[in-house]
Amino acid sequence: MSTTNTQQQLINAFSTVLPADAVLYNAEDLHPYECDGLSAFRQIPLMVVLPETVEQVQSIIKTCHQLQVPVIARGAGTGLSGGALPLSTGVLLSLAKFKQILDIDPLARTARVQPGVRNLAISEAVKSHGLYYAPDPSSQIACTIGGNVAENSGGVHCLKYGLTVHNILKLDIVTIDGELHSIGSDALDSPGYDLLALMTGSEGMLGVIVEVTVKLLPIPQQAKVIMASFDDVYKAGNAVASIISAGIIPAGLEMMDKLAIKAAEDFIHANYPLDAEAILLCELDGTEIEVNEMIPLAEKVLRDNGATETRLAKDDIERAKFWQGRKSAFPAVGRMSPDYYCMDGTIPKSELGNVLQQIADLSKEYNLPVANVFHAGDGNMHPLILYDANIEGELERTEEFGAKILEACVQAGGTITGEHGVGVEKIDSMCVQFKSAELSQFHAIKKAFDPDTLLNPGKAVPTLHRCAELGAMHVHDGKLPHPELPRF
Amino acid sequence: MTDQTQALQEQITAAYANKTACRIEGGNSKHFIGNPSAGEQVSTKNHTGIISYDASELVLTARSGTTLKEISAALAVNNQSLPFEPPAFSEHATIGGTIACNLSGPARAYSGAARDFVLGTRIINGKGEVLQFGGQVMKNVAGYDASRLMAGAYGTLGLLLEVSLKILPKAQTEITIKSQQSADAAINIINQLAGKYLPISASCYFDEHLYIRLNSSQQNCEAASQMICQQITAQPIESSAELWQQILEQQHVFFDTDQPVARISLPATSQHIAITGEQLIEWGGALRWLKTDQPIEQLRQTVQALGGHVSAYKNYPADTEYFQPLASGISILHKGLKNAFDPAGILNPGRLYKEL
Repeated sequence: MSTTNTQQQLINAFSTVLPADAVLYNAEDLHPYECDGLSAFRQIPLMVVLPETVEQVQSIIKTCHQLQVPVIARGAGTGLSGGALPLSTGVLLSLAKFKQILDIDPLARTARVQPGVRNLAISEAVKSHGLYYAPDPSSQIACTIGGNVAENSGGVHCLKYGLTVHNILKLDIVTIDGELHSIGSDALDSPGYDLLALMTGSEGMLGVIVEVTVKLLPIPQQAKVIMASFDDVYKAGNAVASIISAGIIPAGLEMMDKLAIKAAEDFIHANYPLDAEAILLCELDGTEIEVNEMIPLAEKVLRDNGATETRLAKDDIERAKFWQGRKSAFPAVGRMSPDYYCMDGTIPKSELGNVLQQIADLSKEYNLPVANVFHAGDGNMHPLILYDANIEGELERTEEFGAKILEACVQAGGTITGEHGVGVEKIDSMCVQFKSAELSQFHAIKKAFDPDTLLNPGKAVPTLHRCAELGAMHVHDGKLPHPELPRF
Repeated sequence: MTDQTQALQEQITAAYANKTACRIEGGNSKHFIGNPSAGEQVSTKNHTGIISYDASELVLTARSGTTLKEISAALAVNNQSLPFEPPAFSEHATIGGTIACNLSGPARAYSGAARDFVLGTRIINGKGEVLQFGGQVMKNVAGYDASRLMAGAYGTLGLLLEVSLKILPKAQTEITIKSQQSADAAINIINQLAGKYLPISASCYFDEHLYIRLNSSQQNCEAASQMICQQITAQPIESSAELWQQILEQQHVFFDTDQPVARISLPATSQHIAITGEQLIEWGGALRWLKTDQPIEQLRQTVQALGGHVSAYKNYPADTEYFQPLASGISILHKGLKNAFDPAGILNPGRLYKEL
């Protein structure tokens, strides 16, 4: 069946359940959906549908299942790994119209929301009850809760308050047969397997999320932030370990290196010290008593580890300014270079110095500058490689450089992605992190939910053949990875 | 400290080839939880040892047969602990069994469940393959979260070889306050308080009294205690640690009974369930233990309508389905997952549900 025929069949089927303006198939209407936050990868979808009821989603998915057409779900499209990259043969299912906060229960400290509700909108809606939704990815002003669940998004407060998986209670999902399932519960546990954990971070490959019940936390009475300057990134890394060893769990503990400091300072004027090799932002929150107890202790630990200066934000305005510099680090770096490529590896904190050195060496080797910004408290690094896509071959060199950083993270006992997801971007690096049997197990999980591989196919988990072909290009120690596979 | 990976792998591989059922056992301290499972014993008891533990990383990796006792002792040296406060029920209790049963103690409603602290696992699936998922870092979204899936799977998806867990520092001080209240008032009070930023780390209600545990610095605990005692008529108790130890290990007099005990998991704010029988309420109202002679099917219907579920915790007839039956669509997904990990159905068959 030709693409045109399939498209016509889909249009006919969808027109019975959706209004005409919720089915897009003209080229000019499809362009805005060609990529997500990873704009280096682009593809025009076969068509876009914009349902607004769960029944419509079920009907769309049933039709796609019958016609064996791939379905790619999309929230706000802020993802950084190409998880919502369309397929030319697939339907892009936008959940943008699912914007309702359905219920807020202040006593139970929960909110039931549709997947297209923005992350920050939840905290804003419950603020009057003294509550908030804890995970705060830097894109929280735009990203949606459905996408957060699909990616298991993090943010700067994960060490103390957890990731998305720790802050949701219940999901309604539609599986590829069009069936609606409720997983998790309003209680603290559910009988059977932990499908809630399995769905979280599954990148739209197991089901489409149509409702989310989130946990809400009480807003801390007080939050204070210390900015510490260091003349050496190693010292800053050691200070991170010492703070944790002292029994302090900061609400946020972020590090920026010299290039990132300069970029943020030029952009935001947060009064960052331009002569420092690294700064740490250490936020402590809680009751007034505990914050006041912890601040002097944290300042002492930072100074004992060689901080050249520690500065306590004098009020909430200065505190917001310190954070604004950090949260704007990506666009700030974007002003220094035509393009940048953001990595997302996570490593044990003790490996920080080692991996930073490897990144510095690779930066020299590839002759591409790197600005380092990271969630130091949980070892999640975001090296930003500066490049110019207009220079021929530079994007390819950047991707190769990025893949080497991720290999270094895996070798250091870490992972290729802490919070951005695999998507299409890091799919080859999955071959470095996992063995064939593990990848096969992932494919078996996928088949249990989606036997025909129609939900977001080709993302997150590489085929064994892809890894074998890649392995043939990267032979380590004379050993071929995945030696059990036939080669051609 | 011994590594039995090879022997365990050989055992499962042979069982897969011969299609013989395996009954996975660690310290055998949790044999009473779940349905009985027949099969050849596969023991993780000698697969022991803490593989890595660095206090500043807040991560511990141990082989599944390592006892909770050994792990707690190692963590105590650095003033750290397992934040989900798992019950042991026996000095032989292992970390593998704890995670397989997803067991958490009084701190659960405030710190999180065992599954929340699982960072990575190494398992043997039902085909005898050794697989590693997750890792030893706090943030990791590479691949499906097969690690957390193992928590509460009762060994039906894989034999746990190693687990990596997030650890947290212990608080300096503990204060418990006690207040006489009706059950409904207690449920309301504890949920109201949970909406405020206070160092509450556990709660319990029985015999017309609400008990609230605070864990933090001395000064912070005292301030919180004073604040709560002003709001409700309450006073600190002397034997705080002893009380919570009894609740944690179910050595409390409530659990000393021949009557059937139902474990009821409910939305925390649900009203007191008006069924005759003594109740003990934990987890801010989300966990309710009920001694009752009411048929479990009837109780399950009542609780399901409230958004919860019931386990036939103890003293029920042997043929009682232990866990609340699953919705049909969810059951199909469960069978699919079981088949994905254990296609021959040899790992702890029936322990979770008869069909798994």
